[in-house]
Amino acid sequence: MTITFHLNGEEVSLKDGDPSATLLDFLREEQGLTGTKEGCNEGDCGACTVMVTDGQGSKPLNACILFLPQLNGKSIRTVEGAADADGTLHPVQEAMITHHGSQCGFCTPGFVMSMVTAHKNGDTDHDNQLAGNLCRCTGYAPIIRAAEAVEEMPVPQWIAKEELPAAGDAPNMPTSSDELAALYAAKPDARLVAGATDLGLWVTKGLRDLGEMIFLDGCADLKEISVSDSEVRLGAMVDMNRMREVIAPLHPSYGEMIRRFASQQVRAAATVGGNIANGSPIGDNPPALIALGATLHLRKGDARRAIAIEDFFIEYGKQDRAPGEFVEAVSIPRQEDSLRVYKLSKRFDQDISAVLGAFNVTVADGKVTTARIAFGGMAGTPMRAAHVEAALLGQPWTQETVTAAAAEMGKDFTPMDDMRASAEYRLGSARNMLDRYFADLAGGTHSVLEVSA
Amino acid sequence: MSVAKPLPHDAAKLHVTGQARYVDDIPSPRGTLHLAFGLSAIAKGRITAMDLSEVNSSEGVVAVLTAEDLPFENDVSPSIYDEPLLSDGTVNHLGQPIFLVVAQSHRAARVAARKGKIDYAEEEALLTLDQALAADSRFEDGPRIYQKGDAATAITAAPHQIEGTFELGGQEHFYLEGQAAMAQPQDDGAMLVNSSTQHPTEIQHKVADAIGLPMHAVRVETRRMGGGFGGKESQGNALAVSCAVAARLTGKTCKMRYDRDDDMVITGKRHAFRISYRAGYDAEGRLAGVEFLHLVNCGWAQDLSLPVADRAMLHSDNAYAIPAIRIESHRLKTNLQSATAYRGFGGPQGMVGIERVMDHIAFERGIDPVELRRRNYYAAPGNVTGDNTTPYGMEVSDFELHELTDQLLESSDYAARKAEIAEWNKTSSDLKRGIAFSPVKFGISFTLTHLNQAGALVHVYQDGSVHLNHGGTEMGQGLFQKVAQVAASRFGIAMEKVKITATDTAKVPNTSATAASSGSDLNGMAVKAACDTIRDRMATFLAERHQTTADAVAFEGNRVRIGADEISFDEAAKQCYEGRISLSATGFYKTPSLQWDRIKGEGRPFFYFAYGASITEVAIDRRTGENRILRTDILHDAGASLNPDLDKGQVEGGYVQGAGWLTTEELVWDGKGALRTHAPSTYKIPACSDRPDTFNVALYDGQNREDTIYRSKAVGEPPFMLGISAWLALSDAVAQFGPGYPALDAPATSEEVWRRVRRQRNEL
Repeated sequence: MTITFHLNGEEVSLKDGDPSATLLDFLREEQGLTGTKEGCNEGDCGACTVMVTDGQGSKPLNACILFLPQLNGKSIRTVEGAADADGTLHPVQEAMITHHGSQCGFCTPGFVMSMVTAHKNGDTDHDNQLAGNLCRCTGYAPIIRAAEAVEEMPVPQWIAKEELPAAGDAPNMPTSSDELAALYAAKPDARLVAGATDLGLWVTKGLRDLGEMIFLDGCADLKEISVSDSEVRLGAMVDMNRMREVIAPLHPSYGEMIRRFASQQVRAAATVGGNIANGSPIGDNPPALIALGATLHLRKGDARRAIAIEDFFIEYGKQDRAPGEFVEAVSIPRQEDSLRVYKLSKRFDQDISAVLGAFNVTVADGKVTTARIAFGGMAGTPMRAAHVEAALLGQPWTQETVTAAAAEMGKDFTPMDDMRASAEYRLGSARNMLDRYFADLAGGTHSVLEVSA
Repeated sequence: MSVAKPLPHDAAKLHVTGQARYVDDIPSPRGTLHLAFGLSAIAKGRITAMDLSEVNSSEGVVAVLTAEDLPFENDVSPSIYDEPLLSDGTVNHLGQPIFLVVAQSHRAARVAARKGKIDYAEEEALLTLDQALAADSRFEDGPRIYQKGDAATAITAAPHQIEGTFELGGQEHFYLEGQAAMAQPQDDGAMLVNSSTQHPTEIQHKVADAIGLPMHAVRVETRRMGGGFGGKESQGNALAVSCAVAARLTGKTCKMRYDRDDDMVITGKRHAFRISYRAGYDAEGRLAGVEFLHLVNCGWAQDLSLPVADRAMLHSDNAYAIPAIRIESHRLKTNLQSATAYRGFGGPQGMVGIERVMDHIAFERGIDPVELRRRNYYAAPGNVTGDNTTPYGMEVSDFELHELTDQLLESSDYAARKAEIAEWNKTSSDLKRGIAFSPVKFGISFTLTHLNQAGALVHVYQDGSVHLNHGGTEMGQGLFQKVAQVAASRFGIAMEKVKITATDTAKVPNTSATAASSGSDLNGMAVKAACDTIRDRMATFLAERHQTTADAVAFEGNRVRIGADEISFDEAAKQCYEGRISLSATGFYKTPSLQWDRIKGEGRPFFYFAYGASITEVAIDRRTGENRILRTDILHDAGASLNPDLDKGQVEGGYVQGAGWLTTEELVWDGKGALRTHAPSTYKIPACSDRPDTFNVALYDGQNREDTIYRSKAVGEPPFMLGISAWLALSDAVAQFGPGYPALDAPATSEEVWRRVRRQRNEL
C-alpha cells in the first residue's frame, strides 16, 4: 500500500503503514509538525484543523479523526504552511495578531486554518465556518473581527495554488462503486470507511482495532448528485456540505438544519451514506429523509435493491443490511415544500440532537391528505410517529387537530433520560414541535435564531 | 512609555504560526516514555484484588506501578495530604487513578491502562448534597458561619420577606490544552520538569516529596499553558509527580498528557452549590437583613475547597450594604471528582446568591431591578454617612458602581430598550425577550494572606538588552506582556529590548500560584522593584561619571539623559558594566494592609475591589426552552489599565465563560457516580455563535485608589461574573409567560427554561 499526498507543498509517500493511523499523530509524532494541536481527539474542538485540497476544492478537516489513506492524492496544508516560505504571514494570521484573536493560543492554529480555508473559498458566514472551533479564552468576538477584516483581501498565491499528487497505489481503495461492490462482496468482514467522523472515534476513544478497512473516498461515482424533475439522488459519498447546497433551495428548513449539523469540518468529511448506514438513533438526516419519503439504494455485488428508508432501521444497532452490502445512494422524491426540520440540542451549533423532529404534512381543501412525521432521539432508531400521523390524516388542518394529534405522541414514543435531555423534556418538546410546525406553515417567526435585539 | 499601550499578546505571532510550544510540543529525547493511569470503575469502595498481568504484557509496556511501588510520598494534594497519587486501596470517586502505566508510546500506555482487572468491595457512594448532609460527610468539623448584626431578627422585623432555594451547577474548565507534564532526569539525580501549571512551586514541592529530594533538586519550567482558569492550580500535580517517579525509576524522560475524556473524568471542576436564602426588606426594596445557607459539593478530597467556600461567603454581599447578614457554609464531602479552583474561586457562586435575592425582591415589589440595586449599593467614597462595611467588617472605600452604572445605563440605552422589549413581548406569544442588569464587586488578594507575595529577576546585559523573569505564569491572560510593558517603562526602552522568559523555579523561588487575579498586581510590582534597583544603580554611577546627581538622570526613549548629557541605553549599560556595576537584581513585593481571620470572618482580606456591570438581553422559546443572548453591554473597571486591549480581551472572554456556566454548561453524573458529560460532544461550552450578536465592551475610565502597579486593577476573574446578567435575563424572559417568580436553577439549559415556562403557564 502506498499513500501519497502533499504536505505544505512537499510530496510525502508512505508505504505499508497502519491504515488506522491518524493524520494528527502523523503530523505531531512523525513529522514534528506540532503546530496542529490535540484538544479533544474526537473532532469536537477543531484545534487540529488542517486544510485539505482535492479535486473538489479546499476544505477544513479535523486531523484527529482523519485516517492517512483518506488523504491519498490530496494536498494538506497545516498551520506551519499558512505563511509563505519566506515568512510572510497570511492576512488571516496578521489580522488575528492585530485584533487580539489569540489568548492562550492553543486553539489558534485550528482557527487560523479554518479561517484560511474559508477565506480561500470566499465564505464569509463566519459563525458557520467557525462553529467547529472552540475557544475558551476570547469569547470569539476578536476572532470574528479578524475574520471580517480580511474578507476583501486577495487569497495569497501560495494558498490559491495547491497542486495535487498522483494517488498512490492502495489495494483497499476502490475508485468506483463497481470496484467497491466486488471488493466488499469478497471481503464482507472488512470495515467500510467513508468520512470516518464516527469510525475515527472507535480508534481514538474506543482504542479498537478496526481490522481490514476499505476506503470509499476514491469512488468518484458515489459522490455524484443528480437532480431531475422527479427526484434528487445523492450518492452515498456526498458530504454534508455538498448535500446542504442541493437541499437548501428545495427545502430551506432542511438546509437550515444541515447548517447546524455538527460543524464545517465534520460536514466536510461526513457523508450522506455514513450518516444512514451507521444506524445511529440520533443521526440528523434519517428523520428528515423519512419525512420526505426517501428511498435507500443498497447494493451487494451486482445485486441492487431499493427500500423505503424507514425500513432500513430495524432496531437499535440493527439495520437491514446484509454482509457485503453497502449503501449506494439515497433518492428523495421532488415535492412541494412543506417540510420543517427542528433540531433541539443544548447548544445550537456543533451539538448532537436531544430531539430532531421532521414534519411533512400536505393539506388539500383544508384537510390533511398526507402526513409524514419522524423523529430522532426519541427511540432506538429514527422513527415515524405513527399515532400522531393517524390522528392528523383526513382531519381539518386546525389548531384543535394539531393539539389532539400531539397528545398521541406518548403512544409513539417512550424516550429515555440521558445527559442530553430527560424523557419528559424529549416528549414534551416533541409535542410542541408539532405545534410549532402548525404555526410555522402559517408564517411568522418561530425560532429564537430569528430574533434580534 | 510602554505601559497603557494596547500591544498584542507577546506570543501572538507564535500562536498564529503554530510555533508556540506547549508541554507536549517540546522536543523530547529518543526513548522518551509515555504514561497513562488505570482508573477506578466505581465511586466508592475498597480494592479487594488487582490483576495487572494483561497490563504488564500489553504491547510496549515498560513498567506498571501501584501505590506500593511509589518510593516516597504517595500524595498530590495541595492542602492536607488526603489525595494519594495512586489509590491506597480505597476508592473515593469513579475515575480515580489506581495504577500507572509506563509505555513506549502514548497510545500503548492508554491501551494497556484499560486492561487492568480490579475487584472491588463496593460501598454506597455519596453523590448528592442531601446524601452527604445526611451522612454528615464534610470537611471541617461543622459549618463556617460569618455574620454581621442579627440577621434573623432584622428579617422578621422587616415589612417584607422572601425566601428560596436554588441549585447552582459546577463547571468544567475545558482549557483547550489538557493537563500535561514531562520530567527529564538529570545526571546527578535531579529532575527537570516541564509542566502545564499555574503553580510551578507547588509542582516542585510535590515532585521533591515524591522522589525524596529537597526542593533544590527539582527545577520546574513553565513557558505557557493552553488555558488554565484555575484548573491548573493543583490538578497538574498528579501528572508531574507521575513523570518524575517514572523518570527516576527508568532513567528516561517521561511524558504524560491526559486524553480529554480522562482529563474530564479525573480532574476537579468548579464547586456546585445549593443556596438557600431568606431576606427582609422595606417597601422600597431596601434590605434589612439576609441569611444564606451554602451547601458546597467539594468532592472527595479537600484540595482548595475551604478557601473556595470562604470566598463564596465573602462575595455574598456583592455590591450591597446589608445591615444584618448571616452566611452559613457547609463544605460537604462526596464521592465525585474533587472540586477545585475555577476563575472566581467561589466568588461567582456567592455573588449569584445575592443577585438572586435582588432579582427576587425586584420581582416581588415590581421595582426596576437596576433601581432596586442602586438603592442598596454601598456608598461611594465621599458620600459615606453610615455604616459602609462588608459582612466581614471591611470598610468599602473605593466603591465605583454608582457612576459606572449611570454610564452603562446610558451607553446601553437601557430604559428605552426595556420599554421596547415590553411592547414586543405583548405581541409575541411563543417567543419572549428578557433583559437584566448585574453588577460586580470582586475582592482582590489571596485570602490566605501569606500568598500575597511575588518575586522577580531582571538582568540588563552589557549590550542594553534585558532579561525578564518573575514568578507569574502565562495561561493566555497576557500577563507576560503586561509585566514586560512595566519593565520597558521603568528603563524607558522599547519592548523589543525586553526578553520575556519562561517561569522557572530556579530563577524565582517560592512563588504563589498565578491565581486570584493577582498576576499583574504582584509580579508587576516585583518586576518594578527589580528594575528600579538596577536603574538606581545605573543612575548613581552615571551621575558620578557626569558630575551630576542621580535625580538628574532620566531613562526615556531608549536614551539616558544625565544632566545635560545624553547617551543611548545600550551605551549606558556598557559603561555601567565596565564600571563594575551589578546589572542584575531581584525584586520582591508583598501586598500591604492585609489582615484576615478566616475563622471569625473578620478583617481586611482584600487590598481593593474591582468593579464592573453588564446588561444582557435574551430571547427564549416557550415550546422548547431554546434561548439565546441577543445583546450584551459591559462597562468594566480595570483601573488605569496596563494594556487596555488585553484587558478587554479578559472582559469579553470572561463574560462568555460566565454566561456559559449559567446556561449550556451542564455536568451530569449518573446514579453510579460516572460523569456522563466527559467530552466536548456532551459538555457544551459556548461556541462561536453563542457570543452575543451585539457585544459592546468598554473599560471604565478610572484608576485604582490603592497604590497598585501604575494604578491598574486586576482583571482575570472579575469579568467572569458579568455573565450573571445572562441568567437573570433568562429569568426575566421566563417571567413573561405567567405570574410568579420563575426561580430558575443554574445552569438554565433549554430544558430548565422549558420546565420553568411550563410552571409559569400552569402546565405542570
